[in-house]
Amino acid sequence: MKKVSLTIDGKEINVEEQTTLLQAARAAGIQIPTLCHDDRLAPHGSCRLCSVEITSGKKARIVASCVYPAANGLVVETKSPRVVKIRKVILELLQASSPKGRVEELGRIYGTSTDKFEKELTFCILCGLCVRYCSEVKKADALGFIGRGIEKQVVFFPEIALKSCPACEGQCFSLCPTGILPNKFARSVPSFGRSQPTVFPVRLWDEENFLNLTRNIE
Amino acid sequence: MSQGLAMPKEEATLFIKVKEICAKHQGKSSALIQIMLEIQEEFNWLPREILLWLSEKLNMPLNRVYDIATFYKVFSLIPRGRNLVKVCTGTACHVRKAPVMLRRVTQLLGINPGETSSDLRFTLETVGCLGCCALGPVVVINDEYYSNPTTSELEKLFKECQ
Repeated sequence: MKKVSLTIDGKEINVEEQTTLLQAARAAGIQIPTLCHDDRLAPHGSCRLCSVEITSGKKARIVASCVYPAANGLVVETKSPRVVKIRKVILELLQASSPKGRVEELGRIYGTSTDKFEKELTFCILCGLCVRYCSEVKKADALGFIGRGIEKQVVFFPEIALKSCPACEGQCFSLCPTGILPNKFARSVPSFGRSQPTVFPVRLWDEENFLNLTRNIE
Repeated sequence: MSQGLAMPKEEATLFIKVKEICAKHQGKSSALIQIMLEIQEEFNWLPREILLWLSEKLNMPLNRVYDIATFYKVFSLIPRGRNLVKVCTGTACHVRKAPVMLRRVTQLLGINPGETSSDLRFTLETVGCLGCCALGPVVVINDEYYSNPTTSELEKLFKECQ
């Protein structure tokens, strides 16, 4: 593998080609906050919290370090005022939908104001950790995304969940950065016994909507 | 997943057409969207059993199939009526009183946008721009475009829909 040399926070770092900026930074002991990253999973780049400022030539821009590959001569700033400000806004936006768990912890570190944006509690930031863990590590595909845009949500597919979830004992729960998946799931577990095909939305209050979406007419 | 789960016996005949469509595309997972479009052309919607069957047949995780089926607005996971009525609520049509037109259609059909009549005769949808703003407000009934139809014209057109 070819080696590339770059600068992160003023430190000269040599890494293999194809390494992401996040991996390079962590290898050098520089911490970058993340919510959707897990070393066992392919990068997703959905939370944008790992945003860093890169300069190549004259132009500086913001990229998601978890998906951006290291390149020769790159100058990376992980804690510049611009980056910190962006992370703060991202966290404030995330807190509007899920003000608990790791989102809350990071929010405290970045000194976010929790009431900046109107609350719309979904307790899901669509990081896809549970979905990807289920697909990539467990190879079960019991969870998935449905919908798009503001309607996008995470659901269990009961046909598969019924078989795979008991054996796995909900390893995906511990990954949830909103800290809410375990509680929500616990409430929907009894429904697994239902004979009717039902999909359990993580956003439970949307259950009725979702059932309307997927129900077969008798 | 077991075959039995994906294919209830009483609906086996329903699957013949699906199998034909699937075979036409050599069961390639890359043809999923095309296959679903053709299935929907046949049934007007995508029944859950068919998606389960497809996922198995195309060797594609169910969550991937659902991800795609719920991403595109063209796919419907709930039954749709035999006749599809679209009312344009794009900017130009809005200015040309599309809300009035929508109310008119809603009252005539007795269903709200996004709904299907219980006899599966009509489905009413609102759409963005149809590209023929000069005709606005536009109503599309089974792919036929109508420019600013009056209540009596609509009544007549709906009567012709079986």
